[in-house]
Amino acid sequence: MKALVAVKRVVDANVKVRVKPDNSGVDLTNVKMSINPFCEIAVEEAVRLKEKGTVSEIVVVSIGPKEAQEQIRSSMALGADRGILVEADDSQLGALEVAKILKGVVEAEQPQLILLGKQAIDDDSNQVGQMLGALLGAGQGTFASEVKVEGDKVQVTREIDGGLQTVELALPAIITTDLRLNEPRYAALPNIMKARKKPLDIKSPADYGVSPATKLKTVKVEAPAERKAGVQVKSVDELVDKLKNEAKVI
Amino acid sequence: MSILVIAEHDNKALNGATLNVVAAAQKIGGDITVLVAGSGAQAVADQAAKVAGVSKVLLADDAAYANQLAENVAKLVASIGAGYTHILAASTTTGKNVLPRAAALLDVSMLSDIIAVESPKTFKRPIYAGNAIATVESGESVVVATVRGTAFDAVASEGGSAAVEAVASTGDAGISKFVSEEIVKSERPELTAARIVVSGGRGVGSGENYHTVLDPLADKLGAAQGASRAAVDAGFVPNDMQVGQTGKIVAPDLYIAVGISGAIQHLAGMKESKVIVAINKDEEAPINSVADYWLVGDLNTVVPELVSKI
Repeated sequence: MKALVAVKRVVDANVKVRVKPDNSGVDLTNVKMSINPFCEIAVEEAVRLKEKGTVSEIVVVSIGPKEAQEQIRSSMALGADRGILVEADDSQLGALEVAKILKGVVEAEQPQLILLGKQAIDDDSNQVGQMLGALLGAGQGTFASEVKVEGDKVQVTREIDGGLQTVELALPAIITTDLRLNEPRYAALPNIMKARKKPLDIKSPADYGVSPATKLKTVKVEAPAERKAGVQVKSVDELVDKLKNEAKVI
Repeated sequence: MSILVIAEHDNKALNGATLNVVAAAQKIGGDITVLVAGSGAQAVADQAAKVAGVSKVLLADDAAYANQLAENVAKLVASIGAGYTHILAASTTTGKNVLPRAAALLDVSMLSDIIAVESPKTFKRPIYAGNAIATVESGESVVVATVRGTAFDAVASEGGSAAVEAVASTGDAGISKFVSEEIVKSERPELTAARIVVSGGRGVGSGENYHTVLDPLADKLGAAQGASRAAVDAGFVPNDMQVGQTGKIVAPDLYIAVGISGAIQHLAGMKESKVIVAINKDEEAPINSVADYWLVGDLNTVVPELVSKI
């Protein structure tokens, strides 16, 4: 079966971002960009399913600026077969618009499994997979920590607040990945070279009949309130004293 | 304004997170209706009817809603939701699973994890792991949002007297099935609602050591226990104890971080705590920059000493 994986180009997880002085957003000039960590886990899962013989072809799609080609190439270096870039202005895209474009891609490609990360670490929305499920009328296995394909069904173990829950979905189905699903591999140099030759199509939202114009308007972006600087205590006695008499929390 | 709040529950009892969502709904202002979708969930509807500020409770009782499968619950929410100006749910794994699906069925954008209500259409929410706060205005006819519980004080669970009304089920979508559930049992307070949280990280060394060192401290303080991602990934404790951007968001009165370095990801889940204590052998650990008090030392001797002196 065919698997479709959606990946997003985001600021690298280890970067401490700074808010722009005019409060219009976060300053991303000269900041290291990477593939969103949850998306990387989705690519890895698809590759593992291919290695098991469950999946025959992996198509990776990204929606965003031209530069997102880098993230598609990285996904190909991990084992994806081909890529689609839907070139669009990130600032005009909300989760709903992304889900609508992905719906168009799914209808054109007809995959049985659609893998996404559970959230992007920039907007922290955690919405696209669920919205895509709704638009396609497909089942959703969100926050997956285990995926088992059996015939025309998939069993997904999900991370929920109290522990774990397993659901069974009819294919085609949407799966969004949690951190513990797998440990993504590193791309080897020969695979990076090979990835350069794999096919990559460039599309636009209009090709899928979507006009990207989110109805959510970001009015301003601010830095969070700073915490008052703390103090180092030298002994357990001092700590207990501070907690009892100064902070009065115990 | 007419606001629909999706109740969080286990078919027997209303989850406390719902009380925080009702509080956010009161900040928006307007008539508050609570939707209880469940199986044999009359008791939950009765509890929801008593919640202060709630004017009506809708009960959709059907086996299809027993396990809160998103495919079935979202369909119900979308069928009822169009008549409301706002649809809110808690930022729990259930709320995050169901609400975006319902929003897409209604063809509206949604806001995740709101932490403040500026106006009925304008909200604040954290982005970039809490390193920036965005003020967002929704131009949608129906505002759909999940609510970060720790950002709103819960309303009283008693004092209301809303009427309970049955609503028709929209049935089973037939594309998903509940198989099993593995719930971690604990005598301790619930992590997101606890007044004190004791958390361990990679520094505790092992699962066995996590319990030997931290259980007595949590017992003594009546605290809930948490963990960093490193401790969960290393298998010290189950994943539902993870505090952070991708785990639970907590804001207790006192947060004690033991053997946790303080990665951005972890700080996103606990830096709104009132008082933060860090116990770490590393003087340069990033956690110290958000801690009110930090103690440099070996946790294996410091924590037992702390237990004996509290």
